[in-house]
Amino acid sequence: MIEVRDLHKTFGDVRAVNGVSFTARDGEITGLLGPNGAGKTTTLRMLYTLMTPDAGQVLVDGVDASVDPIAVRRQLGVLPDARGLYKRLTAAENIDYFGRLHGVPAGLLRERREALIDALEMRDIAGRRTEGFSQGQRVKTAIARAMVHDPRNVLLDEPTNGLDVMATRAMRHFMHRLKAEGRCVLFSSHIMQEVAALCDRIVVIAHGRVVADETPDALLAQTGETTLEDAFVKIIGTDEGLAA
Amino acid sequence: MSAFTTVYWKEVRENLRDRRTLINALITGPLLGPVMFIMLMNVMINQQLSKSDRPLSVPVIGADLAPNLVGALRSAGIDAAPALADAETAVREQRADVVVRISPAYAKAWSEGQAVQVEVIYDSSRRDASTPVARVRNAVESYGKREGAMRLIARGMSPTTAWPVQVAERDQATSQSRSALMFSFLPYFFVLTVFLGGMYLAIDLTAGERERQSLEPLFVNPVSRWKILAGKLGAICSFSVVSLLLSVAAFATAPWFIPTDKLGIALDLGFRFGAQVVLLMLPLILLLAALQSLVSAFAKSYREAQTYLSILMIVPVLPSALLSVIPVRAEPWMYAVPLLGQNLGIVQLLRGDGVPGWQMGLCLAGGFAAAILAVWATAWMYRSERLAISG
Repeated sequence: MIEVRDLHKTFGDVRAVNGVSFTARDGEITGLLGPNGAGKTTTLRMLYTLMTPDAGQVLVDGVDASVDPIAVRRQLGVLPDARGLYKRLTAAENIDYFGRLHGVPAGLLRERREALIDALEMRDIAGRRTEGFSQGQRVKTAIARAMVHDPRNVLLDEPTNGLDVMATRAMRHFMHRLKAEGRCVLFSSHIMQEVAALCDRIVVIAHGRVVADETPDALLAQTGETTLEDAFVKIIGTDEGLAA
Repeated sequence: MSAFTTVYWKEVRENLRDRRTLINALITGPLLGPVMFIMLMNVMINQQLSKSDRPLSVPVIGADLAPNLVGALRSAGIDAAPALADAETAVREQRADVVVRISPAYAKAWSEGQAVQVEVIYDSSRRDASTPVARVRNAVESYGKREGAMRLIARGMSPTTAWPVQVAERDQATSQSRSALMFSFLPYFFVLTVFLGGMYLAIDLTAGERERQSLEPLFVNPVSRWKILAGKLGAICSFSVVSLLLSVAAFATAPWFIPTDKLGIALDLGFRFGAQVVLLMLPLILLLAALQSLVSAFAKSYREAQTYLSILMIVPVLPSALLSVIPVRAEPWMYAVPLLGQNLGIVQLLRGDGVPGWQMGLCLAGGFAAAILAVWATAWMYRSERLAISG
């Protein structure tokens, strides 16, 4: 479970995140929806302790990120905005590297790696060096290496960005599977359809603030609109930066 | 496996698969120095040998006025070439190394027993002409001395009347210290080797990783950043150590390719020399690895880091250049200054003087203190939020 309380982060004069609070529960998929530049990536970066918040608190399974960031990172599987792979290593070697950094014992690491390679349907590319991988192959590798330590909580920053239809479908399938395994899944997106199709709960962020935190149905009821798209536009106050 | 060894082995393995890094660490870095050294030495030695042995042909103006002088020159291996119309211009335009002009009044003054003038026209800024000039001057002067002695004897006086003081030269240079003078730029090659050996790794492991956007995912792992840095520094140091060892080994073969015996100098670049050089260089290996990583951490891209590092590469030249321009006496504190200490130490080893324990100690202490400072600065830089963000 991830609890976020009143996060603030400023870069120079820009208030990137200005009082964000929400809770992402185990066994649920929580969507962080907002237009480009709303503060989604910055919020996630504070969650996985890459950035320190100016104010506010992040709790992952009850552990305070500012007190023990390393313990928090151990509980998290993260697909960051940056998905760089090591191009002179094979996909499997990329996965192993992160597994070893997590301290996963060799035997277990092999087992998990093979399971992930099957689950993500990347058997054909596992032994290849990642140089020249397609966007979809890269995201698969990046997700596999983020999941190799079997984290309870999964953060995905725009996981379907740049993926084609088939890869997007596979990604949704994989996220449902994570949910079924009882994990806490939090992902950011600016694509409404995707959020609508996946989420148990939607946290809408605009201008660094949470403007709505509801189930999809409650969101419709609250705004009195019939489609989520209209509901979003109404909540955000503008349709700038949103994709259907 | 600990985080350090995990990062270390991953970086080593990944970079062993990179041709550019390998060529730099295993070929360009270690061999550039020895090859340049051997070529330079051969050119220098051949130039000197040919100039001191070969008969010289020097234009003499007014040769027919002084047949005896011309004869004396010829017996010293200097042939009188036909006169040149414009001696000064010819020397300035490098058409002649040196020209001798005998004054028109020579014959008259000579027969009257007066002093006569012989001009030696040369350009002291042309180093390659210095050997012929010295030979001509010596020949003319010794001819003058000989004739002067004859005149004194003719007047019933001892030649020593005219030269009450005699200089007797006692050169204390050993054949090894003579060679050290010529090899004073050798320390720079070792520093350059270490620099080149680790450079591409340092760029790749910090700026490159940032540019490829893999630093952010790496930092999400539950490992302290200083441990990641330690693994990376370890990999950089390993590559530069291998470079240095290869370079020292290549230098050990240099005496076979340089005709040192022709110059009467000894060159000992064997195992003892190599081992001491490696020991002296150890702190520099860590210092340069940290500095290179630090500079790369400031750069946003691979190319930017490459540019900064090429500028940084000039810094190690300074002590070598400084020492060859300003001949300073080595003070104890100098051994504690990184680069300078290594420079002094390696030149001493070349001279065959050896490096006493306290100097070696100062070198290592000063070097490692600087290295630790640089590592600390790099670790501090690694902690910054900005470093991980690529965009």
